[in-house]
Amino acid sequence: MTKSELITALAATQPQLDYRDVELAVKELLEQMSAALASGERIEVRGFGSFSLHYRPPRIGRNPKTGAAVHVPDKFVPHFKPGKELRERVDSAPR
Amino acid sequence: MALTKADLAESLFNELGLNKREAKEFVELFFEKIRAALVNGEQVKLSGFGNFGLRHKNPRPGRNPKTGEEIPITARRVVTFRASHKLKERVERNARLNADRVASVDKANKQAEVNA
Repeated sequence: MTKSELITALAATQPQLDYRDVELAVKELLEQMSAALASGERIEVRGFGSFSLHYRPPRIGRNPKTGAAVHVPDKFVPHFKPGKELRERVDSAPR
Repeated sequence: MALTKADLAESLFNELGLNKREAKEFVELFFEKIRAALVNGEQVKLSGFGNFGLRHKNPRPGRNPKTGEEIPITARRVVTFRASHKLKERVERNARLNADRVASVDKANKQAEVNA
């Protein structure tokens, strides 16, 4: 499912909103979530999961082509931990 | 403070003028649609934010870290998330800005101590 398919699916359940409003709403939610993570804030959605930043310490990496050592600075990367409901539903669904 | 569903509904109310009930319902449905797609075995790709995918894990032996007792971990299907480059870059850029700000405040504080 892509972002536009998600927008179409949501629009079908919200007849009082037109497609354009649903599109704006989805963009707004993703923007709020991105902004929260960018400012170092966690996101917690009951039944879905939580997003947080994980610290990666600096390390010496290697250029896989030349084998030359390169310094990789420390960084923060977004991390998602699925919530209980999502975990259970995904695991118990028939495949 | 963490961002919650209530905060997200509030932003739909403030920025888009959905009424409070609509906003709350929309946020709920937004996450439910993503969940349902994943339960269906479908990957969810949100351009500019990231991709949610599924992985099958084979059974493996595990251990209770407290008691050291061996317990088998059953095969399972789990959700994974890969942040988009755009989101990773945004997080990095801000982390660096904040680090600089912390460093410059530190420096100013030290200077103030010296001057005092």
